[in-house]
This record gives sequence, C-alpha cells and structure tokens, in this order.
Amino acid sequence: MSTTTLIGQDPGWLILVKGVLIFVFCVVCTLMAVWGERRIVARMQMRLGPNRVGKFGLLQALADGVKLALKEDLIPAAADKIVFIIAPIISATTCFMAFAVIPFTGKVTLFGHKTAMQLTDLPVSVLYILAIASIGVYGIVLAGWSSGSTYPLLGGLRSSAQVISYEVAMGLSLVAVFIYSGSMSTSEIVAAQHQWWFAVVLFPSFVIYVISMVGETNRAPFDLAEAEGELVGGFHTEYSSLKFALFFLAEYVNIVAVSSLATTLFLGGYHALPGLTFTESWLGGWFTLFWFVGKVVAFFFLFVWLRGTLPRLRYDQFMKFGWKVLIPTSLVWILVLATLRVMSQRAVSRPVVFGFSIGVVLLVVLATTVYDRSVAKAKEAATLPDLPPPSFPVPALPGQLLVTEASVVTELESQNG
Amino acid sequence: MLHNSFHLSFHLALTVGRTATPEAVQFWILAPLAVIAALGILLVKKAVHSALLMAWVMVTLAIFYIAEDALFLGIVQIVVYTGAVMMLFLFILMLVGVDSSESFVENLKGQRIPSIVAAIGLGGLLISLLGRATVGAPAAGLGVANADGNVQGLAKLLFTQYVWAFEVVSALLITAALGAMVLAHSQKVRSPFAQRDLAIARFRKDSLGDAAGLPAPGVYARHNAVDVPALLPDGSPAPTSVSQTLRSRGDIITNAGFALEAIEEQED
Repeated sequence: MSTTTLIGQDPGWLILVKGVLIFVFCVVCTLMAVWGERRIVARMQMRLGPNRVGKFGLLQALADGVKLALKEDLIPAAADKIVFIIAPIISATTCFMAFAVIPFTGKVTLFGHKTAMQLTDLPVSVLYILAIASIGVYGIVLAGWSSGSTYPLLGGLRSSAQVISYEVAMGLSLVAVFIYSGSMSTSEIVAAQHQWWFAVVLFPSFVIYVISMVGETNRAPFDLAEAEGELVGGFHTEYSSLKFALFFLAEYVNIVAVSSLATTLFLGGYHALPGLTFTESWLGGWFTLFWFVGKVVAFFFLFVWLRGTLPRLRYDQFMKFGWKVLIPTSLVWILVLATLRVMSQRAVSRPVVFGFSIGVVLLVVLATTVYDRSVAKAKEAATLPDLPPPSFPVPALPGQLLVTEASVVTELESQNG
Repeated sequence: MLHNSFHLSFHLALTVGRTATPEAVQFWILAPLAVIAALGILLVKKAVHSALLMAWVMVTLAIFYIAEDALFLGIVQIVVYTGAVMMLFLFILMLVGVDSSESFVENLKGQRIPSIVAAIGLGGLLISLLGRATVGAPAAGLGVANADGNVQGLAKLLFTQYVWAFEVVSALLITAALGAMVLAHSQKVRSPFAQRDLAIARFRKDSLGDAAGLPAPGVYARHNAVDVPALLPDGSPAPTSVSQTLRSRGDIITNAGFALEAIEEQED
C-alpha cells in the first residue's frame, strides 16, 4: 500500500494529532536551532556562546522569547497600521504550512493506527511548497513597505528581488527531480530514492538547490535583506516585541522547512544511510524519524557553517550569480538530463548514451576554457602599462627638486640672470 | 464531481442543497470575501492596498480550484499570481512612488480611446470564445479528464492538442510586456527643471520678491533647525523658508507659534 492511500485512511482526530505534533516539532526545532546556532558560531569564533540559562544554556532561546514578549510593542506613526500588523502574521503562518507535505517517517503505528508521519500528500506537493514559499515572501516585503521608513523598504525590496531570482533557479533544480522520479508528490519522491539518493544521481541539481535554498531563506552569505552593516535590521528594523519574535520564528522555521525539503528531495528523506537499511524497521518504523531529523540537523549545521565562514555578498554580485550562473547552468543540466532520460526510456544502446555524455562533458570543458581565455584576455587589455610613479604627492628628498619646482627655478634664474 | 468554477458558482447560487455541505459552507464564507476584496481593488486609495487585495482574490480563487479537485490549477494559480502581484507591487513602488496614490499622467498621448476600444474588443472576444466552448457543450466531468492523473492529463493537452496555441499566446504575452515597457517609457530630452530654468523663472515672475532666493530656514529665528521658519524684518515668520518637502510630510506643524510677538509674550 502506498503512503498516499495509507494517509488517506487517517481518522479526523489522528490528522489533528499529527498537526499538533508537527507544530510542536517546528517550535522545538526553532528553540534548539537558535541555541545551536549561537553555540556553533561561538565555537567557530573561539568563544563559548550562551551557557548560563539551564544546562549548557539550552533554555537561552526560551528566556529570550519571554524577554521579547515582555518588551514594549511599538507601531511607528508613519506605518501603515493594518499591513504592519498583517505582515508578521503572514510570515509566521506560511512558514509552518510547508511541513504538511513533508514525510517524517515511513510506515509506523500511531495510537493503534497504521499510518505514516506525514500530514497529507498531494500529487503536486513540491509545487505546493513553492507556492507557500512565494506567499511567505509577502510577509517580508509588506513589513518593509508598511514600516514607512527607508531602511526597511530597501530591505523589503532586496528580499523580493532575491526571492524572485532564486526561486527560478530553485524551481529548475526541482524539475530534474520531477523528471527522474516521475512524480511531484513528496512521498513518491522519497520512495523513488530507496536505492540511490538523488543527491548522487542529480548532483548538479542538488548543488543548485542548496545554494538557492540559502538565498531563499535570506541567510548569510545571502542575507542582503537584513544586512546589519548596511540596513540596520532590514525589513524588521521597526518591529519590536512579539511581532519581531514572529519574524524570528519564521526565519528559523523556514530554515528547517527548506532543510526538510532538501532532505526529502535529495537525501532520501527518512531512508537510512546506505548499508544501514536494516535500521528502518527498528522501533516499529519510528527509527526512520531519527534518520530524517539527523539529515535536517546536518543541513542546519551547513547553514551555520556558511554563516560562520563566508562574508556577505555584494548585491550586484549576488544577482549576477543567480541570473548568469545558476539559471543557465540548471537549464543546460535539465536539457542534458531530459535527453538521457528519453534515451533510457527508448532503450538506446549503451555506447550511444556514453558517447552523448562524453560529448556533453567535452563541450562544457571547451566552453568554460574559451570563456576563461576571453576573460583573461580582457583583463590583460584592461590593465595599464607601468607608468613612472607620480611625483606630486611625494615630498621631496633633501636636495631634490620636483619636476615642476625645478622648471620654475630654472625659469626664474634665467629671468634674473 | 463538479465541472468548473463558473458552473460551480451558478449551481451554488441556485441550488445549494445539491452540493456537498462543506463545499457550500466554504463557498459562502470565501465568495463574499473575494467579491468584497475585488471591489476593494477598485475602491481603495493606495495602489499598494489594491495590489494586496488582488493577491487575496487570487488566493481565494486558488482555494476554490483546489476544493473542486483541480489541484494543479489551484497551486499554479498561487505560484503564478502571487509572483505576478509581487511584480506589480514592485512596479508600483518603482514607478508610482512609495506612498502616492493613483496618478493620471499620460506618457503616451491619445492612447486612451483606442485602448478602451481594444479592451472592449478583447473582452467581447474572450466572452464569445468561452461561451462557445462552454454553453451547450456537455461537460466531460473530472473523472474523464483526470483519468491518467490531473497533471498528466493537463500536460498531454497542453503539449499535444494545444501546443500551437500555447506557444502563440506565450509569444504574444512577451511582445505585450516588451511593448508596454517601450511605449510607457517616455524619453525626456533633458530634465524639466534645471538650475538655470529655475533662475530664469524666478526673474520672470510678477514680483521680484524672492529673486535672490528664498529665505533660508532658521535665519533670525529662535532656533536654526531646518523646520523652524525664518523671521521677516517685521518679526513674522516666513512660510517659504521651510522646505516644501518637510511641510507635505507633516514635519512642521504651524508657523504661528514662531512669530516674534508670540515668543516675546511667552518669555514675559
């Protein structure tokens, strides 16, 4: 029985229980993520990080949350009041919605019912996640606009441009997954990876997805929308108290959401690591949750690692990277992949497939070499020949006259003499 | 079980009893909200609010599609239209300004009447085409249409029977987008108010009162802040000395309190 039909048989109360469990999972993830990020970044910067509240500082995020809730809630006089209040609500509600279609475990038994830890499954689950993400951006853009102040507006505009550009690359990287698995439903995509993870089979798509997921969540090195050094706090500059807390929550839940999607689409979802598949039946199937969460945590660590390592990109570099590198690369990759797929479906002979693959690789190598040469040539043409050092700003050495002074002196002497 | 959204709404309006109750409940909650929001698009003052209401209408429509088993259409509706409204939003911010309301500046002279005629023509064409396709033709039903799955069925139609129409429409849309950009972008030979023009305009005025420039803010005033008007020789505040921008933003309240007499009275 497929997961979809299994979930379809859930009674109403079980769906409710699952919904609550997913919500709790997200909130606990956020609390742990805030703590974990601060500890890991601290280690990378040779500090200790929060270690005062609770054991190992585990309750730090909770304490911060309580503190935020008790702060004064300000609405600037110039703000568009209704939109200002709606914006954080949009952000904080949409970020949870993506989890409805994420398969957390394989087949398990929950309160005596045979089911799978997945709230629902649609034939177009992955598109649904994209749709939810594109609604989520509204929270940021509207927050920026409604604050009635310059820095938030700039932050909001940057974030919308960012998401629009990187969503294209993200969508294209997903197309490869659709082509290969023949489905857009998350449970079927996970099922299609029981042998080979798509991170291996579709490696270029995996790389593009990971890059664009960092761009999509506005995280370092792509955190231009809230670049502290340039825009104060970006879109949330004017927010305080619980409204700010909602944005904070949304950011971390979004990170968990894109990590879960990456796990589902490319790292085999709840499947165990290769060679450890016997663990999937442990604890009546519940052990698969461990694999899923483990992979999500690995992605989260990657997020923190990136933040601790890379400086923020300049805006134009960021846009250039998205439009001129990621999108063309994924287009070419999809073309190649679709051709290979058709070849395998039509049972084309092996040598032809190999010939085609080698041809593509050679073409790519040739194109990049030609491009690199032309760039190097342009650089060479742009550099100026070595000129003698200018004399003007340099003070004269004792006994030395600068060119202009010397000429003046000789002229004066000739006049007097 | 239902044919399409238009049919659904008509059916529901006439015979609520025949549809499934949850669907009817959902319809009667969401449909009025959608209609109110659609009216709001036309009636609200700020362009950004219109864009937001538009996004809401699109999301409501998507919910209707999903409720009627047209899952792919509903999701695509959200992806495409929220993206589109986002672009609209950006255009508003960039072209109209952050908080200005509707502007009636015509970049293209004399385009109004032809465009209205063209719009009516297009509307008529669409209505007649849709009418020919739907009125009188028996609906196949979702069961037949989704026989090999919703997405697969749509893909088969789009890429076989309607591929030509699909490509033509996409070419048309790109042409329209380019045309809008080319036509709406008016080329200005030079900026209308250069410093020289302003100087000439000052001397061409009836009075030469401010030919030497407007009084600077804060001159002979109580403070030298930019929002404090200068005082004229008779002790009255000079309203022209405060920047027009500050005034329209509401940063300066009134000039009266800055008059010399008022200040002297206060000090006495």
